[in-house]
Amino acid sequence: MEFILDPWPWYVSGPLIALIMFLLIFIGKRFGMSSNLSTICTMCGADKKAEFFDINWRESAWNLVVVVGAVIGGFVGAYLLSDDPAVILNPATVQDLQDLGFASAGNEYMPSKLFSNEVFSDFKSLVILMLGGIFIGFGARYAGGCTSGHAISGLSNLQLPSLIAVIGFFIGGLFMVHVLFPFIF
Amino acid sequence: MRVLSYLFIGIFFGIVMFKSEAASWFRIYEMFKFQSFHMYGIIGSALVIGIVGIQLIKRKKLKTFFGDPIYIIPKDRGFKRYMYGGIIFGLGWALAGACPGPIYTLIGAGYLPILVVFAGALLGTFIYGLIKKHLPH
Repeated sequence: MEFILDPWPWYVSGPLIALIMFLLIFIGKRFGMSSNLSTICTMCGADKKAEFFDINWRESAWNLVVVVGAVIGGFVGAYLLSDDPAVILNPATVQDLQDLGFASAGNEYMPSKLFSNEVFSDFKSLVILMLGGIFIGFGARYAGGCTSGHAISGLSNLQLPSLIAVIGFFIGGLFMVHVLFPFIF
Repeated sequence: MRVLSYLFIGIFFGIVMFKSEAASWFRIYEMFKFQSFHMYGIIGSALVIGIVGIQLIKRKKLKTFFGDPIYIIPKDRGFKRYMYGGIIFGLGWALAGACPGPIYTLIGAGYLPILVVFAGALLGTFIYGLIKKHLPH
C-alpha cells in the first residue's frame, strides 16, 4: 500500500493521464476539462446574454458527470489514499517561496497563504484567487482549450494551434512567476 | 451505463490529479521556475504515449468500444486566439496554481478557497462569451 499512499511519480502519473485520454476517446468523447465551464454558464442562463452560450447543454452534460467524478476523485485521493500530502519541493524552490512569504512551502499540499480558510477574511488573497480564476476561464475559452485540451490532447494529435497555445501558456506563466510575483507577494 | 463510465473516468482523473501533485499550487510554481522535472515528466510521458496512441488509432482505423468510427477533430487554424488566449490562461494558471481539471479535484480535497477560483473561472468564461466578437481571433 505504501506506493499508493505516497505521492505518485511522474512516470506513473503521465501514462495514467494518457490512459484517461484514450478511455474518453474510446467511449466516443474527448479529453478537455475547461469546456464544462461554458456548459455551466449556459445552464445558468448565459445563452440569453450571448450567442456564444447558445448551445444544447444536454449534449455536453457528459462532461459535467466527469467533473462530478473529478470532485469525488479529489476527495478519495486526499482523504483515503494519502498519508502525508505535503509536497516535497526542490530546496531552492522552498527558499524562493519563503522569500516571497510562503512560510509553509515544503510542508503542505497547498499554500495556506492562499488556500486556508482564513483567506475568506483577507481581501487581497480573495482578489488574487478571483483574478487567477478569471484569467483561467477567459484564457481557456479564448484559446479554445486548457492544459488537457491543448497540452495533452492537441499536442498528441500534433496540432500546430495547440503548440502555439502551449507556448502562450508558458509565456503567461513565466511572466507571472518571474516578473509579477515579486510585486504581488 | 455510459453515465457511470463518465463518472468512473472522472473519479480516476481526480485521483490521478491529486496523487500526481499536478493539482498542487507548489508544483506549478516549481515548474515555471524550472526547478523540478516532475511536471515536465508528467506532461512529457503523457504526450509520448498520446502521440503513439493517436497515430495507431488513425492508421489502424480503430473504433470506439461501441463500434463507432473515431473522429479526432483537428483544431481550427489560427494564431492570435491561441497565442493571446494562451498567455492569459498562463497568467491565471501560475497565479491560482491550478488549471480547470485540478480546480474540481481541489474542491473534493476540501480546499474551500478554490471555490473562489472556480467562481472566477466561470466569470471569465462568461466575459469571453460576452466580448468574443470584439476580440482578434
